[in-house]
Amino acid sequence: MLTAPSLTYSLIAPMLIVLGGALVGVLVEAFIGRVHRAAVQLTISIGALLLALQQIWRIRNISSTTAAVNSVTIDKAGIFLQATVVVLGLVAVLLVADQDNFVGQASAVPGSNEEKSSLQEKSQQTEIFPLFLFAVAGMMLFPVAADLITLFVALEVFSLPLYLLAGLSRRRRLLSQESALKYFLLGAYSSAFFLFGAAFLYGYSGTISLSGISAAAGSANNVFLLIGIVFVSIGLLFKVGAVPFHSWTPDVYQGAPTPITGFMAAATKVAAFGALLRIFYIGFAEEQALWRPLITVIAIITMLFGSLVAIAQRDVKRMLAYSSIAHAGFLLSGMVALNKDGLAASLFYLFAYGLTTLAAFGIVTLVRDSSGEVSDLNRWTGLGKKSPLVAAAFSFILLSFAGIPLTSGFIGKFAIFSAAYKSGNISLVVAGVLSSAIAAFFYIRVIIMMFFTDSINDSVSVIIPSVKSRIAIIIATVISVILGLLPSLLLNAATTYANFIK
Amino acid sequence: MSLLTIVGGLPLLGALIVALIPSKSSEIIKRVALGATLVIAVVSIFLATGFDKNITGIQYVQSNTWVAAFNINYAVGIDGISLVLILLSTILVPIVVLATWHESDVGRWGTKSFYILILVLETMMIGVFAATDLFLFYVFFEAMLIPVYFLIGGYGTGNRSAAAVKFLLYSLFGGLLMLASVIGVYVIAGNQIGATFDLAKLATLQIDNTTENLLFLGFFIAFAIKAPLWPFHTWLPDAAKAATPGTSVLLLGVLDKVGTYGMIRFCIALFPDASKTFTPLIITLAVISIIYGAFMAIGQKDIKGLIAFTSISHFGFITMGIFAMTSQGMSGANLYMVNHGFSTASLFLVAGWMMIRRGSSTIADFGGLQRVTPVMAWAFFIAGMSGLALPGLSSFVSEFLVLVGTYTRYPVAAIIGTLGIVLAALYILIPIQKTLHGPITTGNENLKDLSLREKIAISPIILIIVVMGFYPKPVLDLINPAAEKVVVNAGFTDPIAKMGK
Repeated sequence: MLTAPSLTYSLIAPMLIVLGGALVGVLVEAFIGRVHRAAVQLTISIGALLLALQQIWRIRNISSTTAAVNSVTIDKAGIFLQATVVVLGLVAVLLVADQDNFVGQASAVPGSNEEKSSLQEKSQQTEIFPLFLFAVAGMMLFPVAADLITLFVALEVFSLPLYLLAGLSRRRRLLSQESALKYFLLGAYSSAFFLFGAAFLYGYSGTISLSGISAAAGSANNVFLLIGIVFVSIGLLFKVGAVPFHSWTPDVYQGAPTPITGFMAAATKVAAFGALLRIFYIGFAEEQALWRPLITVIAIITMLFGSLVAIAQRDVKRMLAYSSIAHAGFLLSGMVALNKDGLAASLFYLFAYGLTTLAAFGIVTLVRDSSGEVSDLNRWTGLGKKSPLVAAAFSFILLSFAGIPLTSGFIGKFAIFSAAYKSGNISLVVAGVLSSAIAAFFYIRVIIMMFFTDSINDSVSVIIPSVKSRIAIIIATVISVILGLLPSLLLNAATTYANFIK
Repeated sequence: MSLLTIVGGLPLLGALIVALIPSKSSEIIKRVALGATLVIAVVSIFLATGFDKNITGIQYVQSNTWVAAFNINYAVGIDGISLVLILLSTILVPIVVLATWHESDVGRWGTKSFYILILVLETMMIGVFAATDLFLFYVFFEAMLIPVYFLIGGYGTGNRSAAAVKFLLYSLFGGLLMLASVIGVYVIAGNQIGATFDLAKLATLQIDNTTENLLFLGFFIAFAIKAPLWPFHTWLPDAAKAATPGTSVLLLGVLDKVGTYGMIRFCIALFPDASKTFTPLIITLAVISIIYGAFMAIGQKDIKGLIAFTSISHFGFITMGIFAMTSQGMSGANLYMVNHGFSTASLFLVAGWMMIRRGSSTIADFGGLQRVTPVMAWAFFIAGMSGLALPGLSSFVSEFLVLVGTYTRYPVAAIIGTLGIVLAALYILIPIQKTLHGPITTGNENLKDLSLREKIAISPIILIIVVMGFYPKPVLDLINPAAEKVVVNAGFTDPIAKMGK
């Protein structure tokens, strides 16, 4: 007799709620009139995310390896990562809701009359909300996936909507579409790499579950394992933007609508690093001699390369892209540490960095001239005079990225590097410190431009943000400030939740 | 709550009050800032009177958990060395506020931000000297760069933003090297005695030689950039030239002392063996700084540049005194830190007044000030004499102690260092002669003498310089026990005793 598999719905409820919200969103597109759509969609998105957060809170003390027929592992670290994704999603959705960053009608050819009329009609592409929710759901699944197939499914579930969303910028649409195509093609390659590696891992261990791979350690031909690890890593390192798999990052960050860039930079990193952490801490921990040198080298190159190349950037979104590459290097250092401290540090870092990043991109959306967002840094000069508050907030965020004490970035960096030092990887600490010094240069240069340079006669100004953006930016900035002064609030939780189970 | 925390917290409260005043009433802001800093000065003197100098340990101790996960505490406490430096800071700030009443009027962001920055900076200056938790110290050490950065970049003159950036990048680089060492110490402590940042506990660590040397260097380079020692000094002249006189006073008078203070408190206390290893090198660098700073000062055409380079020379003396590892050298160096603070303050403030009146900072533009503005000229003269360590003025005592203390261990270094005193006569007397004496050069005829406000501002400094020259005992009594303790804890004994005279 065939027995129905036990899905333990209660444990995967947070993800199901978000997925459900996305499906309802699709129905809304079909059945609700255009006038009300945006408001309804936003309500559904926020509602689904809040409900998911509540469900995550409910299961916060439960751990299980058997959810959804053994393909999902609910454990402390997984729950923390899911909560991080949802919180970031909540802040990001408020930024996304500012419709004037998005194209009126995606199908209209750039520059055509159709496009003009869609803009005049103030039509909106409200499909971004369900797409956004699908991405969030995928990101929630990614760090709790317990086997390679689930990992792959999650990877695609959150990647595909992002490919689409990246192409929906209202201004500079060709650039946006180009970036979407680039992201899609390279993303498809990286998925292929991931699958290829997964096949080798299956060949090596005869199972697709991470704990099975870990249990098979030493039992079979190491070459298969090595190939498997390398290819799976390539697929994931692509998503986090580690060097040498970073080349899409600056273009996509620049081309995508800024709220989406912020969401990608913050939440994709959480999801992808969550998965990386789980795979390496659970699946490959027994074979660390094989991969640790590789990842260490990649971490060092990523930190230094990101910081160095960021110096040459003249566009704020590209600069933040390279800065995010450098931060990926820092996070990899935490992963290589392969101890509980490293895991706790990574969890803290991901949350703090994600919020700061959202605040940064949120502020970028506010600096505009008559034709839209101004991301050319040379035109940011004198912003400190025009709108001191926004410039001060952005400076604080940059100082946090730079890791100046009394910011959350500093605590994160300290946590990561003390974990790396503890694991004996002193080279990582030295490289991290050096690249921080390099990075400080370009963060500070932006502060100089805003505060110490007189503005050229230019129409650039900071618009008064909508209530939604304002809430998002204020929440993200305030939490960053609080985490800098009282890191214990999150650090204790990160330490308690720094636990993967097999 | 310890009184120390109150002293450190008061400036923040002052900053908050200033922040609540509307920006337009700049006169009220200035008065509130002056009032606040005066109150802080008085409370800090109260702190000093309550300090028991017969106890060599740390006093006014307070410790609260800050970040439990890393065992970071808000832990403060002072011994004699920290106390005198805190007093230096709290006394200098109100003087600076009063002396540079109009400095903030022309800045980029107006009066309000200026005084908020000054007050926030004061909290950090007190905090950095009071911290007994390594992490807390590091936080203050790095965070205090930010207000200074904005003070230089926003209110300075000339190429201010470039100078501010240079200052910040140099300091950040040093700070990040130190961060690597801080992490190293923290992890080693975690392996040996359990994770802690408590300085007293960290001093008991057993670290192998190679690691200790590297960790020492991380700290030392950060402090050598701050102090600044040759060859890490290049940011200082630029910063001092670009900053307003008031900012320069705080920068050279107090902030740079964090470097030398750090050498005593961290380099020597945490890594005595490595200190021993590197002492010859550091003494050499110190001697080079003394001579190099002096020669560069002689060649300066700009008054601010002159004072900056004399400071580099003086920091050479301080570093030499510290690493001579004798109780006399150590006491002398500590006393020097205080005296240099006041003497530089007087030089910069009077020079600042001269420059505002004349609209130029070039030495050659002045001349015959003695006849036009006698009070200002006398103030500058006394400041200059204190800078060249004239006997009877405060700097003499400390310079003498440093040289005696160094001679007993490193006679050659002390003798070359003495050359610095001779050069000091040159770099001070020549500018004094050019600016104060001789014929009145054109453009100087109608300069006004010091106003009442300026006289009130400068008189306490001159009083301190003179009194400390004749009667340094009260300060030395505070410093001596702590300084001796540093030397003894580092495993040194004074060589004089061995020679038996």
